[in-house]
Parts: sequence; structure tokens; C-alpha cells
Amino acid sequence: MINFGYSISTTRVVNLDNCDFDKLHQLEALVPSFKRCMNCGACTATCSAQQFTSFNIRKIKSLYQQAQYDKLSKELEKCMLCGKCTLVCPRGLNLRPIIMNMRKILNTK
Amino acid sequence: MTKRFWNEYQKEIAEDHFFYERSCIRQTFFPGSETAFLRMMREELHKDIRDEENQHTCTGIGYHSDFVPLETTMTVVARLFSLMTEAGYKNYVPSCVTSFGIFTEMVEMWKHNPALLEQTRENLRKATGREFEIPENLVHPSDIIYKFREELKKNMKYQLVNRFTGRPLRVVEHVGCHYAKIFPEKGIGKSEFPHVLAGMIESWGGEVVDYPERRHCCGFGFRHYLLQENRGYSVANSKKKFESMEPYEPDFIVANCPGCAMFMDKWQYTIAEMENKTYDRDGYGIPVLTYEEMAGLLLGYDPWELGLQIHQVQSEKLMDKIGIKYDPDAKYRGANGKILPKPEKPRFLKQ
Repeated sequence: MINFGYSISTTRVVNLDNCDFDKLHQLEALVPSFKRCMNCGACTATCSAQQFTSFNIRKIKSLYQQAQYDKLSKELEKCMLCGKCTLVCPRGLNLRPIIMNMRKILNTK
Repeated sequence: MTKRFWNEYQKEIAEDHFFYERSCIRQTFFPGSETAFLRMMREELHKDIRDEENQHTCTGIGYHSDFVPLETTMTVVARLFSLMTEAGYKNYVPSCVTSFGIFTEMVEMWKHNPALLEQTRENLRKATGREFEIPENLVHPSDIIYKFREELKKNMKYQLVNRFTGRPLRVVEHVGCHYAKIFPEKGIGKSEFPHVLAGMIESWGGEVVDYPERRHCCGFGFRHYLLQENRGYSVANSKKKFESMEPYEPDFIVANCPGCAMFMDKWQYTIAEMENKTYDRDGYGIPVLTYEEMAGLLLGYDPWELGLQIHQVQSEKLMDKIGIKYDPDAKYRGANGKILPKPEKPRFLKQ
């Protein structure tokens, strides 16, 4: 092949029509407060784990909502379940059960 | 009756006496388009249009890439306006959509900040000793063709109809971002319902393809392609459009911006080389025309004088569909009658 000096960038667009939302609906049934999130990021700002690792609750929530489960299992292991995020959440999300149930649904410890 | 929103947004387009400004890149990539436009204006529409020999760049590419400062661009624009003023014209017609965006932007800035206008007048005076007036009417050539599309139709020898099936040709129209996305009210139909090219296609017998990524950027974007390493992003934009239009099987693409027409044409070659993929059934690619080339073909102008052989995706199949007669032996004949060397054939894109 001719060396053009570049390659075609792959798209980061998520086609929601091709996603499997079963796991999302499962989580929403177990922890209904998950639906109330407005993506403010207060949880991530106060998170102790994110001080030392790439752990980002807001990002995890977005990826889960878009049914992008592939990379989540490893990320979820970083949470220490301290619950600081639950204290600061302005929408009253119960975040510890959200993380715990995500782990269960995705079959992580 | 269906409500046509674009009807609510009309722009003023002068009747006659235009000052034409040529484009830097259009003369390289679509060498016949500007000549064809001037020919249509003079011979078909009998309008007065001046093709000024002392014109120069508008700085558009340099300006949008942050190489040329705003004050310089303003002074360069002022010099171009001074050429128009000296020639006794008031209606300015820049060939390039980026130039159109630049001029509109500068005029708008001067309108809101008269001190800036005075400073530009002073800069131009110091640099060249010239004076200038702001144009009374600033339009893109596609606006003029749109306005007089029915008059042009009377002189047309062909229509956008497939002569084998009798059906209208399916045409993808792509309007340049700088035509109406910077100042929506400066475009026919504003930025949401740009009708400038769709109007030509509908009037001349074709059918406009309304596909999901119709208003997506072509990938030109100045900074996106200036550095070789970044061009993958630019190709990805065009690829997204091609993938979206592919199921509709368009007969050709028409654009009013030099960047859009160039990249949607050339990237088809690049994608074919990289992924062995074309977006038509037969592997020839989808021809990309400028609106002047489309109008010129229908008016019966010689396709090789229009410069169709310079395109990456060749247009013979399209011309056969419309029924346009052409001389294959004259394809690479220069203006002096000599046969020029044929370009190397792509590996995957058929020709």
C-alpha cells in the first residue's frame, strides 16, 4: 500500500441502535436512583480513588449508559466503596450500590 | 401543502454589474470552473462581470490556520475592495466560499466597530495609497446561478435525467460551511435549509438525495489537513459522509466550496488505496462536480474545457447517463493541440 503518512481515524461515535441495553435496564431495576444522575461530576471531584488512579465515576456512568461495557470491569475494581461520592451527590444517587451492582452484573468481584 | 422553511430566508442578489474575484485553489483543482462561470454570465445571461487581473489571495487559508493576523487579512480584503472601487463596481462576487466567508466577516466587523474600519483605511493608505468602498452587494457565484437558474435552463441542451431509465439523477448536494454557517442570513435558506444547490438540481431535472449526514463537514477544515499527520481525521469526515450516502446510490455529488469538492473527490482515491473500498456499485467512485461544471455540462460546454479530466473520479459514466457527447481522444489534449502525458492510473479506483 502507498504510504500516505497517515491513516483514516476511527470514529468514536457510539451507534446506540447496535447496543445491548439489558445490563442497563437490570441496573436501573436494582437501583432506580441511577436514572436521576445529571452528569455534574461532583462524585468524581470528591473521589479518593481518582486522586491516585484513572478512576472516574462520571465516565463509568456514561459508558454504562451507552452500553460500552468492555473496559468497565477493570475500572470498577479501583473503587474503594468509601461512599464520599454519595455524600456530595446533589441528586441523591445511592452510588455504592450502583458500583456494587455494576460489578455483579458485569461478573467482576 | 408542505411548509418550505427556506422560503422565509431570502437574500438580496444584484441583477447586473459584478466584480469577480478568483480563488487560489479553485484555479488549480477545477481549472475550467471559473472560466465557465464567466462564460455563462456573459454569453448565456448577458451580464456585465469584470475579471480583474490585479487580484490576489484573500488570505483565507492562512487566516483560518492562524498564520495571518486579523489586521493583515483586513488590509488585504480592503485592497481587493479598492480594486472593485477603482473599476467602478459595487457588487462583489468572490469565487471561493472561504473568501465569501472572509469578506462577510470583515464587513460585519467593520459595521460593528467603525474604528476598526478607519484603522484598515489608514493601513491600506499607508501600504498602497489606495482608497476603498464596502460593496453594496456581496454574493457568492452560486447565489447568482441560483437566481438565474430558470434563465439558464432555457439554454440547456441536457437535463439531469438518466436517459436509459428516464428517471431523475440522484444528486448529493454539499454546501460549504463558510457559505451560511458563519452568518446564516447570508445564505439562501440560511444554514439550516440551504437551498442554493438543491434549487439548481430540482430546476434542472434532478432529485436531491436527503441522507443522514447531509450537513456533516466534508473534512476540509484547514488545520485538519495542513499537517500530514492530521489528515486521517479529515479523511474520516469524508468517509462518514460517503458511508451515509452510499445506500442511496447517488449519481454524483455537487458542491459550491473548493475544499469540499476537492476533498470529496480526492479522498475517494485515498480510501480506495487504503481500504480497497469505493462507494458506488461498479468501483469507479462517485463523481464530484462544482456547480459551474454541472451547469456547463447541461449547457453543452466541452467537458474537457470544463476540466473534468483533472478530477480524481472520472465523469464519463455520468456523461453517458445524461447523454452528453464527448471526444475521448481530446481528453488530454492541451490548449496548444498537443496531447499531454496521461496520469498514472490508481490501483483500485477504476477509470
